[in-house]
Amino acid sequence: MPDEPLVLGIETSCDETGVGIVRGHTLLADALASSVDQHARFGGVVPEVASRAHLEAIVPTMRRALDDAGVTLADVDAIAVTSGPGLAGALLVGVAAAKGYALAAEKPVYGVNHLAAHVAVDTLEHGPLPEPAVAMLVSGGHSSLLLVDDLTTGVTPLGATIDDAAGEAFDKVARLLGLGFPGGPVIDRRAREGDPGKIAFPRGLTALKDLAAHRFDFSFSGLKTAVARWVEARERDGEPVPVADVSASFQEAVCDVLTAKAIDACLANGVRTLVIGGGVAANSRLRVLAEQRAEKHKIAVRVPRPSLCTDNGAMVAALGSRLVAAGVAPSRLDLPADSSMALTSVSVAG
Amino acid sequence: MLVLALDTATPASTAALVEVTADGLRGVAERRTVDPRAHGEKLAPEIAAILADHDVRPRDLTAIVAGVGPGPFTGLRVGLATAASMAQALDIPTYGVCSLDGLGRAAGPGRVLVATDARRKEIYWAAYVDGERVEGPEVSKPFPVREQERVVGEGGLKYGDIFGVPVEEHLLYPPGAALVALAADRISRAAPSEPLTPLYLRRPDAVEPTTRKSVLT
Ligand SMILES: [Zn+2]
Repeated sequence: MPDEPLVLGIETSCDETGVGIVRGHTLLADALASSVDQHARFGGVVPEVASRAHLEAIVPTMRRALDDAGVTLADVDAIAVTSGPGLAGALLVGVAAAKGYALAAEKPVYGVNHLAAHVAVDTLEHGPLPEPAVAMLVSGGHSSLLLVDDLTTGVTPLGATIDDAAGEAFDKVARLLGLGFPGGPVIDRRAREGDPGKIAFPRGLTALKDLAAHRFDFSFSGLKTAVARWVEARERDGEPVPVADVSASFQEAVCDVLTAKAIDACLANGVRTLVIGGGVAANSRLRVLAEQRAEKHKIAVRVPRPSLCTDNGAMVAALGSRLVAAGVAPSRLDLPADSSMALTSVSVAG
Repeated sequence: MLVLALDTATPASTAALVEVTADGLRGVAERRTVDPRAHGEKLAPEIAAILADHDVRPRDLTAIVAGVGPGPFTGLRVGLATAASMAQALDIPTYGVCSLDGLGRAAGPGRVLVATDARRKEIYWAAYVDGERVEGPEVSKPFPVREQERVVGEGGLKYGDIFGVPVEEHLLYPPGAALVALAADRISRAAPSEPLTPLYLRRPDAVEPTTRKSVLT
């Protein structure tokens, strides 16, 4: 296999249909179709709506990616696809399409782990990943801390959310404040005019008694409830809700816990590199706080640009490219979509 | 002209190879696995096997015909995503056919009801006279049959008592050759490729929140 394999990646685990094309560590194309607007009025992603949109979008998105990269399916060395975790019906569209492309073009297909792909995408921006590294993945669907010993074979989960995902907390608080969906960008924006120290919202799983069992786990459900209580109390008293201050104080609570635990995970494992990925990695306060805290311990923080942090096909292609270069065996054609795929499997063995 | 037919609108994952010539159709082979939850795993290996068994390379295919339902959504999309992606890679046309029409055509002469399982105690159905659809496709609760002489399709097995007419147990899933026959005219004149739009017949289950829900309750 070539050192710089040409790999096509397909992502359909949630509401984004993504097709990315990568040669080695170089991004050639990253085509995306989103159904986010169709979910907005429901206040969250509706799985059936997402699945229908993936089926409509897959062929035109593939066309765009191939045109942007100036390659054909006959040129690629392999096709990678997110086979889990994610929404079952949504994953299935991408997996079926990937197999169709692989079958027709007579190419190998790799079923890959969505979370490992979120880590791998950083190599497109910052080059090979120093291993071991700690990765923190925060989005509407996941909040995880991982130890990455080897991106192609060995990822160890350190901790995860025990209730809501970080991005989900942003969505729920945004809905509470009447700010719409998705909540992350709008809360980030409103928080800039607010005082992050105005309201002392709780930091989940940071008390000494919780740390023994949940040192690297997160909990955002209590925070969301605390914000709701605070806002509803103001409304009951007929007082205006200071949206900017609530946004800033809520955002500070989330970012404080995330960065503190991520740095702790690096120190506990003697790791000098922290990668942050997922949609919440686009949060401006999270980036600043992570860098401030990491600097004190001489830890390098790597955050890909926002368009690569959210779900896309490039991340799947990036991981596929590493797998091909490392000589990992492809998956078989009976590759299933696995909505609860374990973090420990980076790809589905053939 | 060698045509691949795919259908995943019922518990069956079906892949068939059919030769279309000026004289008519010749079924080369058909493979089928019946498992309502495994279309995603079964269909692609079936296609690979049927091609390999008959020494056919994907590039030897002229067109792909796909059953566009109606059928349970998740499985249905597997067949359509597979057909659309293969055709795009091969730069050949796709033609969509109502999956119930495949059964109606295969049922032959007479007045026939085609019924497949729509889950939730409902059926997808359509009525045929001599293989031509005269009513449907629709989704509804199973009902006593008045005008038809017999029922075909796996919905017949499940709700035979309600229909009250004979059920043909040898014809449960859309045969690939019948699907190709329905598209034969388009294939022969090399009609433009068609987008494979699923016949969902049901809207997604999703409710719009009317008022803000208290997070405390
Ligand atoms: Zn993600």
